[in-house]
Amino acid sequence: MAIEKEKLIDMYRVMVRIRTFEDRVFKEFAAGNIPGFVHLYAGEEAIAAGACANLRPDDYITSTHRGHGHLIAKGGKTDRMMAELYGKKTGYNRGKGGSMHIAEVDIGILGADAIVAAGIPIAGGAALSAQMRGTDQVTLCFFGDGATNTTRFHEGVNLASIWKLPIVYVIENNVYAETTPVSYAMNIPNIADRAVAYGIPGKTVDGNDVLAVHEVVGEALARARKGEGPTLVECKTCRYYGHYEGDTQTYRTKQEFEECRKRDPIPRFRKKLIKMGVLTEKDADKINQEMLEELDKAVKFAEESPFPEPRETLEDVYT
Amino acid sequence: MLKGVKVKEITYLQAITEAVDEEMARDPTVFLMGEDIRQWGAPLGEFKGLFEKYGGERVRDTAISETAMLGAAAGAAATGMRPIVHIMFSEFLGVCMSDIRCVLTKTRYMTGAKTKFPATIMSYSGAGVSAAGEHSTCPYGYMMAIPGLKIVVPSTPYDAKGLIKSAIREDNPVQVLYHQKLISDRLTGEVPEEEYTIPIGKADIKREGSDVTVVAIGLMVHRALSAAAKLQEKGISIEVVDPRTLAPLDKQAIIDSVKKTGRLVIMDEEPKTESASSEISAIVAEEALDFLDAPIKRVCAPDTPIPFSPVLEKAWMPDEEDLLKAVNEIV
Repeated sequence: MAIEKEKLIDMYRVMVRIRTFEDRVFKEFAAGNIPGFVHLYAGEEAIAAGACANLRPDDYITSTHRGHGHLIAKGGKTDRMMAELYGKKTGYNRGKGGSMHIAEVDIGILGADAIVAAGIPIAGGAALSAQMRGTDQVTLCFFGDGATNTTRFHEGVNLASIWKLPIVYVIENNVYAETTPVSYAMNIPNIADRAVAYGIPGKTVDGNDVLAVHEVVGEALARARKGEGPTLVECKTCRYYGHYEGDTQTYRTKQEFEECRKRDPIPRFRKKLIKMGVLTEKDADKINQEMLEELDKAVKFAEESPFPEPRETLEDVYT
Repeated sequence: MLKGVKVKEITYLQAITEAVDEEMARDPTVFLMGEDIRQWGAPLGEFKGLFEKYGGERVRDTAISETAMLGAAAGAAATGMRPIVHIMFSEFLGVCMSDIRCVLTKTRYMTGAKTKFPATIMSYSGAGVSAAGEHSTCPYGYMMAIPGLKIVVPSTPYDAKGLIKSAIREDNPVQVLYHQKLISDRLTGEVPEEEYTIPIGKADIKREGSDVTVVAIGLMVHRALSAAAKLQEKGISIEVVDPRTLAPLDKQAIIDSVKKTGRLVIMDEEPKTESASSEISAIVAEEALDFLDAPIKRVCAPDTPIPFSPVLEKAWMPDEEDLLKAVNEIV
């Protein structure tokens, strides 16, 4: 499938935007400028960028505690996201949710949710709603390997399969559920094999190859849009940082860590685009530079924005 | 209450059915999800006939998947639908409590009002039918502690119909807890022939009186009314306040009644600890202590699981005698 040049460049830009955002969050968190906890997506950019490049603005996504990448790939603005991480009034959630709960329903971001697998049933509801309203909107549901061991996964995927809901489940298998390796927590080599239990297709793909992710998720989305039901797509990847910032990662060997870095999806895609003649080295550097500048502005916006008023604590409990 | 309007007599169960039926007819975005609603109209039959009328798309049988249902209700509500989820017995709410506590009720707040969740959860509550410890609970107290959730507890057919219709129209998540004994006892009552709703958050004075305020919830309203009739013969005038909505609670109605009578008994079919009665006691102690002429009394169940044997269950449930005793202690 030939992808337009502009779309390829967009995917690259999204990946770099996510990485630059996460690297900057890493730095600002370490400096004590961001309260709470943050879970960084760096290393997994190819999944969000490749998957979301298939979406229309009116499609939905559900996201997780490690959600910054999904939100950026669905069109979230880095300044409003950063402001939310800083707990500022100008943040997407007006400082009420922070890193783990960013939502912007108008662009289809139904929300990050920090209860593991909570997004799976929510995605089911959004997809059911689309089906009942007679639209062809699809829902892309992101979650990690650990989520597939929960009740929500079984119940949610099962209901979606019997109702043929327009959903694509994107499993980000980054090898660890917090500290617990997949090899310990399940008795199968590929999580996508679990699809058999629901009578739906299951595909395993290299989650660090943005074009592979784009293609497999694209096929699954087309199937969902035609009313043929959900698909489970397992993207094998690895995370650059710990489970959350502050995790010393004593459970990972140095060698494993180095191998993960070698699989970095961004230089890999950059090299490919240059080889394909889509980008020159100079073009790619320019994108990197633009993203650094964008993030400087985003941090400045967050820093200069006001905090919410204490009285706002009492607002928004009910509609 | 119903002066000047044409009325009909219906059962508590029919009131529930009519409320859902009318709202489904009125608004095409309303749909129902639950277990066994196609064949049985749910185990106690409150949705009977709706599958035939509206079809399987809108009256949707689910697998036994409470968690998936609750999450789906949130997802559907956030994207333009008005789901009603039937989680049979209220103890089963525990199975999906995280989805109620976190997803459905907190998300609006956590997203800075980006989302709204017009979803209704309907469940059976209450003891008195020998259903034992897992099918008899009134989960009032712990659900009142969930910010963002509204809770209605109808005690009559009139209240059931009016409150459920309002719950379905409400833009916030509402838990409806209807008492299974009021269904099995085939409680009847008058409702208007014409359409009506009852505002959420408004208590109802079920009987006016001047000596003692009895706040009673759900099935307990009937036991309180029966005790009040007996006490009247002895010259003791009881005011029975039915909160009808536990969250947000109509504090003012309770406080106003206490100001009038100077005495308060709360009759609540829950173990005493962390119950609706605890909260109501605390509110009155905090905001109306000066108006009390006697200590607040609570007529509640003991802090045990609900027993099965009819003899044990009767001993467990608060009844008319318990209330008479409590009133006699303070007048």
